[in-house]
Amino acid sequence: MQLEILSAVQLGAMIAKREVSCREVSKYFLDRVHQFDSIVSAMVNVFDEATVMEQADQVDSRILGGEKLSPLAGLPITIKDVLCLEGLPTTCSSKMLQNFRPPYNATSVQRLIDAGMIVLGKTNMDEFAMGSSTENSAFFPSRNPWALDRTPGGSSGGSAVTVAAGMSPLSIGSDTGGSVRQPAAFCGVCGLKPTYGLVSRFGLIAFASSLDQVGPFAHHVEDLAAVLQVIAGHDPRDSTSLNVAIPDLTSGLNAPLKGLRVGVVREHQDHPALDPEISKAVQATQKLLQSLGATIEEVHLPNSRHSVATYYVIAPCEASSNLARYEAAHYGYRARMTTEASSKSSTSGRNPLEEMMVVSRSQGLGEEVKRRIMLGTFALSAGYSDAYYKQALKVRRLIANDYQQAFQKVDVLLGPAFPTPAFRLGEKIDDPVQMYLGDQFTVEANLAGIPAMSLPAGFTRDGLPLAIQLQAPQLQEARLLNVGHQLQRAGLFEPKIAGLV
Amino acid sequence: MNQTPYRLVVGLEVHVQLSTETKLFCGCSTTFGAPPNTQVCPVCLGLPGSLPVLNEKAVQLAIRTGLALNCKIAEVTKWDRKNYFYPDLPKGYQISQFDQPICGEGYLDFPDPDAPETTQRVRLIRAHLEEDAGKSMHDEVHGRADSKIDLNRTGTPLLEIVSFPDLTSAAAAKAYLTELRLLLTYLGVSDCNMQEGSLRADANVNLHIPVDGNDIATPIVEVKNLNSFRAVERAIQYEAGRQFELWKQTGKTIKDAPKQTRGWDDEAGVTKAQREKEESADYRYFPDPDLVPLRVTEAMLSQQKVVLGESPSAARNRLQVNLGLKPYDADVIVSQGQSMVAYFDGVVAGGADPKRSSNWIQQDVMRTLKENDLSVEQFPISAARLSELLRAIDASVVDNTRGKSIFQYLLEHDATIPDAMAALGIVQVDSSEIETLCKELIDENPKVIAEARAGNAKALGSLIGAARKKNANADAKVVRELLQKMIDAM
Amino acid sequence: MNVSREDILKVASLSKLELAEAEFEVVASKFRNVLAFVEQLNEVDTTGVEEMAHPVDVHTVTRSDTLQESLDHDVALSNAPKSDGEFFLVPPVLG
Repeated sequence: MQLEILSAVQLGAMIAKREVSCREVSKYFLDRVHQFDSIVSAMVNVFDEATVMEQADQVDSRILGGEKLSPLAGLPITIKDVLCLEGLPTTCSSKMLQNFRPPYNATSVQRLIDAGMIVLGKTNMDEFAMGSSTENSAFFPSRNPWALDRTPGGSSGGSAVTVAAGMSPLSIGSDTGGSVRQPAAFCGVCGLKPTYGLVSRFGLIAFASSLDQVGPFAHHVEDLAAVLQVIAGHDPRDSTSLNVAIPDLTSGLNAPLKGLRVGVVREHQDHPALDPEISKAVQATQKLLQSLGATIEEVHLPNSRHSVATYYVIAPCEASSNLARYEAAHYGYRARMTTEASSKSSTSGRNPLEEMMVVSRSQGLGEEVKRRIMLGTFALSAGYSDAYYKQALKVRRLIANDYQQAFQKVDVLLGPAFPTPAFRLGEKIDDPVQMYLGDQFTVEANLAGIPAMSLPAGFTRDGLPLAIQLQAPQLQEARLLNVGHQLQRAGLFEPKIAGLV
Repeated sequence: MNQTPYRLVVGLEVHVQLSTETKLFCGCSTTFGAPPNTQVCPVCLGLPGSLPVLNEKAVQLAIRTGLALNCKIAEVTKWDRKNYFYPDLPKGYQISQFDQPICGEGYLDFPDPDAPETTQRVRLIRAHLEEDAGKSMHDEVHGRADSKIDLNRTGTPLLEIVSFPDLTSAAAAKAYLTELRLLLTYLGVSDCNMQEGSLRADANVNLHIPVDGNDIATPIVEVKNLNSFRAVERAIQYEAGRQFELWKQTGKTIKDAPKQTRGWDDEAGVTKAQREKEESADYRYFPDPDLVPLRVTEAMLSQQKVVLGESPSAARNRLQVNLGLKPYDADVIVSQGQSMVAYFDGVVAGGADPKRSSNWIQQDVMRTLKENDLSVEQFPISAARLSELLRAIDASVVDNTRGKSIFQYLLEHDATIPDAMAALGIVQVDSSEIETLCKELIDENPKVIAEARAGNAKALGSLIGAARKKNANADAKVVRELLQKMIDAM
Repeated sequence: MNVSREDILKVASLSKLELAEAEFEVVASKFRNVLAFVEQLNEVDTTGVEEMAHPVDVHTVTRSDTLQESLDHDVALSNAPKSDGEFFLVPPVLG
């Protein structure tokens, strides 16, 4: 039986009914990891088989003992290497943290484990989640399973690949400016960024704290709902965690869409960089929604054109401070200081302590990370903070206000997730501004703190996945998932595994 | 009064460690003296992925302090990151408060060191909460070995109280600091132990020099590393002299030089320039995205107003005005702390004369405490018992000398005054017995009496000793008075 | 704005990073490009607009002053690049 194409919810039910054991399921997916990872390079560290089987056997015996477990109990999952997990290094795909072993689990990871899920390993990413292609991994780039010469997107590229290639039915990543939705779009899977504060950030290694959110990947919308149900909820260890009751996210999936007001953002649909095939996919989705009883309205986000610039000030500013902790004093990479280096300290004017910090940071962090740190440092520095950082915070407010106004007219927004299908490895790596401009449609949800989801929407003529994005007001995840599930049922997409054999 | 050719201008920045069980943003203990790196967790180690959560007690103590310092308490306060690199700062930034401190402007009145019966006022700019850094231990001998980092102290809550430059002498700075420390201990917000670093002061010092009718200001110097009140006083004095000499030599004013940081070398008795790169002053403050703003409610304020208690200045005032103590005596008792005031109040409440109570507490009680290294809470004689003893002296039931013997006895025995007197063989001698005694003395010592009659007042002294030999319980004062009366009548 | 070589060196130094001479021009040019790109924000009229540091309206989050278990001493030091089993060790400040 091809387990990888079943919905995780279905598979979970089969495990619960003992039609298949957790051991069999875990072995099945772990074998696929071993089979395909050499091709797609999605994983940074994988648990050895004995460890995985031990976890699986524990779940099996609990089920055998008649214990009532979560609907996802026994299902394998991969975790982006930005989330702390005991038992393996947590690297952020950085040389800086290559050997870092956190003495604790991220709250979201702990909740998955408590729900009886089986962690297979950690997935590759752009270093410290900075990038849109997973090419900024310090270890190796990951490959798009639909076209191996193309990127899987990023920064959670490895997570998207493990799901797309059927190496894991589920994955969780982090989304700071599109890092779940864009790789999901590139790899033909579903990806969700929840409302800021819905999922705890405790144990999520910070890139930009006011933008970061943890979100799931899956082939099926109902699986996004099931995973979010497990990881969402207040965490007293995260001051920005929302103290709200989490609704049942699965019970409303089948609600009819009749009367749903859908907004199409003019500024997104008219964007000069938008690939015509993606534009068509959005229009097709529009028609599909109308056929399901929804009404379509055009809305405007007048400050939309400034969102990328706003994002690329705020995110680097926060990052420059968040990454200051990598000073090689208490953990992380420390450069070997030769006598040569120490004598160099006299020429650099730095004392041995500073020399150690500067050399370790310069060697341990990659180019993109260093440039963003420098950009943030600049934008926060005396004399520039008002013009850059504070101005960006004000424009952020304008963008959020635009969204608030739009959501007075409509229930959800429909648009593209990314201007183009997956680009080629190396295609944009040398032009940061071009790379950043791609984030146009995704960064706004992070700036405004709203939930957003990307869904597959067919393929290009060349066989690359196409995708659309849905956005909803804060805490309206249930609505978003309902619309997504109905679109899936109405045929917007058919879950597909990228064939790698 | 001011004999120097300049006016000294001093402002103090005082860091106070708040008395919380746990750190400002995590649940690790703040206890001093634990083995290195044993009171640390992912949050205060700055491990990737960890997040801060604010300790409500620290907020309460900050509000209490702000109220006592007459500060305007912010309705909304927030948290900012102060970015700089140092290995005892594991996150690479300190969580502090930049533009919206929890306590705004206020003031503190303190006894004027030049005129103890009046007060001076220092205005306060602000008081804000922040986390402490860890400790670095450097190789002081050769400077070559690795530095050792202990992060136990990292994240301990500090309240930084910043004054206006209202202090005009080293003595005034010391007096302000003394009063501030006393107030903070009365409030129970800090133990203010300077040896353990619970109270640390930096002084901003410069001079205003009158030249041709205008004031010329010297460059401001921030003096750090002031680890005792005496250091504060000495460093300011030293800095005033140094700045004046430098000005005479160079003529440099505040316009010619930026603020400089100097460290106080207590042993050498000098301040030394601290090497600081220009860029390290760019702290790139911005709101900490991991923490949310704090709204201070009326309920939070009134909760603290209720527990404020009597301030040292209010206690001084009460002891003077209501109980008739001299300012000096009131100050000595108040300066011993709240428990001593409570003890004094207990003695007076038991009916003892306030002045006699003050004298006995300052002499006998405080000496005993000091000799035995006790706190007043541990003192074996209760306020009620001491009050009983002093009442007996007030009523001449026993004399002062016998009173002291009873006091000594009570230090070691839990006894009532009559029991103590019985145990010591002290009995009250009635007046007819004393009269008989005095007659005997006059008869037996004609020579001494003659001298006394000739006007030698000291002569009677020798008779007191003789009286004691005859009757140990005879009150010396009463004997002397009666003898004089009898001689006068001769 | 024009970002000089000195500006970039100063930013690198504030960031505790160093740029090798060989890579300097490449890094500097990318840095300048990104900065030029974000400068469009100055066109936006933000008069009277409140800064938005947090995306959600949450305030006054505190915890009680209750002891939580600290890490075991060896765990606390387990990731240290250099330690003597008691302290984290770093090179001296003086050289």
